[in-house]
Amino acid sequence: MSIQPPRRRSSNTRSARPGAKRVSTPEIEPTSSRGASSHHTAVGDRWQAYLLHHRHSAKDSLQRLLAKPLQSLLTWLVLGVALALPAILLISMNNLQALGQRWDGAPQMSVFINPRAQTAAIEIIQRRISQHDGVQQVEYISPEQALSDFESQSNLGSALRSLEANPLPPALVITPAAQLSAEALTELGAELEAMPVVDEVVFDQAWVQRLHEILRLGEVISLSLGALLALGVVLVIGNTVRLAIESRREEIVIIKLVGGTNAFVRRPFLYTGLWYGGGGGLLALLLLVSGLQWIASPVASLAALYGSDFILQGLGLSDGILLILLASLIGWLGAWLAVGRHLGEIEPQ
Amino acid sequence: MLRFDQVSKRYPGGHDALSRVSFELSSGEMTFLTGHSGAGKSTLLKLIMLMERASQGQVLINNQNLNRLSSSQIPYLRRQIGVVFQNHQLLFDRSVYDNVALPLVIEGYKPKEAARRVRAALDKVGLLSKEKLNPLTLSGGEQQRVGIARAVVNKPPLLLADEPTGNLDPALSAEIMNLFQQFTDVGVCVLIASHDIALIRRLNRRVLGLSKGELVHDGVLTNVDTATKA
Repeated sequence: MSIQPPRRRSSNTRSARPGAKRVSTPEIEPTSSRGASSHHTAVGDRWQAYLLHHRHSAKDSLQRLLAKPLQSLLTWLVLGVALALPAILLISMNNLQALGQRWDGAPQMSVFINPRAQTAAIEIIQRRISQHDGVQQVEYISPEQALSDFESQSNLGSALRSLEANPLPPALVITPAAQLSAEALTELGAELEAMPVVDEVVFDQAWVQRLHEILRLGEVISLSLGALLALGVVLVIGNTVRLAIESRREEIVIIKLVGGTNAFVRRPFLYTGLWYGGGGGLLALLLLVSGLQWIASPVASLAALYGSDFILQGLGLSDGILLILLASLIGWLGAWLAVGRHLGEIEPQ
Repeated sequence: MLRFDQVSKRYPGGHDALSRVSFELSSGEMTFLTGHSGAGKSTLLKLIMLMERASQGQVLINNQNLNRLSSSQIPYLRRQIGVVFQNHQLLFDRSVYDNVALPLVIEGYKPKEAARRVRAALDKVGLLSKEKLNPLTLSGGEQQRVGIARAVVNKPPLLLADEPTGNLDPALSAEIMNLFQQFTDVGVCVLIASHDIALIRRLNRRVLGLSKGELVHDGVLTNVDTATKA
């Protein structure tokens, strides 16, 4: 009954242990200590001691890293670069997406109506289309309005006016529902084209749609690249922690000999992984911020040439914090894997 | 306190390190364990520490059967056993104080309480003035006493010592033995593995003699015992 994990130990098990006449050991302990030995087993004290060891492990691990600044910096740089790469890709994707959205992300379709169609027929068609699931909005543009739009947007107004009749057909401009995929759009187009009095369906800004598809692909690619590089980070940290474990083999053996649990032995190494990951994340963030700073003004001048007020989107504060937290988590994970694999091998012989 | 009941240990490969060893030690008893190297002394100590497990028979500490302990319970067993190693097993990256405090840190003592106990243990072995030094700067005898302070700092009911006087001169050895004797006075069960027959004879304590894994002697050494002569 005497050997139990600490949480199940009540505060008096130490002195109540059968055969252990250790209460009367004033020789070992000159100061008055009777009963004092039971104090430290109280749950609150154990919790405090647990927190204390966490604090101590965190501090000690960091100090050990800082004691070898060059070696640690190199590891941090490797991790920083590895973490910055997928982050750069994601930021680029976000910016391209923002660029695409400036041309009103949702693609539109122009449905050209037969010029001989009756107004009533056009109204029926318009109602039918607006009730369609895949359609968000339908706008009727009369030939007259089309002509005036055309006049205002081009310099060919006088040329058009010289024509006898308005050559422009009536049209319906359709905004499809936002969630429609490219295939669904094509399908919708075919459906509209089959309707009576419809002459032709033209996809406006289909390239925007394509851009979005490409961006989605790019996002998947950068995420999988990110996963791959995260795996790399886990392995780098795992290996670094393995070396740390190896260099402290003797200490681990002694700790195990005097009754240290696996959790106790593991703790400093987990913090080592955490610090490596967090430091790598911080360096990645610095790389990203300085890199963005660097290209921000060329991007702005380029945008100005196109008459755009596009501004490069960088990392927000929360993104930065998220990056560091994620990196720390990855570091901790790498350390956990290394510790789980190598700590079991180190047993007192 | 400590009981071996028909304990055998066969290592993989078929080597029998211990065969059917039985004995019992009580609290406050100081016992020597002797035998040639390879007679099974270290195996016996390893079985107590659960660094190895018995192939047959039972080892009991405080009526707790070690066969029934899972590996996650081993650390809690080891906290009840103080061990003094022949090669001291000190950590040279920290001070004497921190070496001695290690078992208390592991057990989660409050720093204040731990400090009190560490100083008491260091005082006991006469090294209180050297608590801030690195053990590397100490002599062999002093390092051994740091090891003893660490072994007793959490007041274990059982104290094991593996060749504690191995590299020490007779005067220092006697001093160390005197320390162990003082621990038995407060109820600690002390088991000392040793080659030093002359020293053992002088102390006139119970001796367990091992030869080729068998217990061939159990009692005070009266005259030259051929089986345990080392």
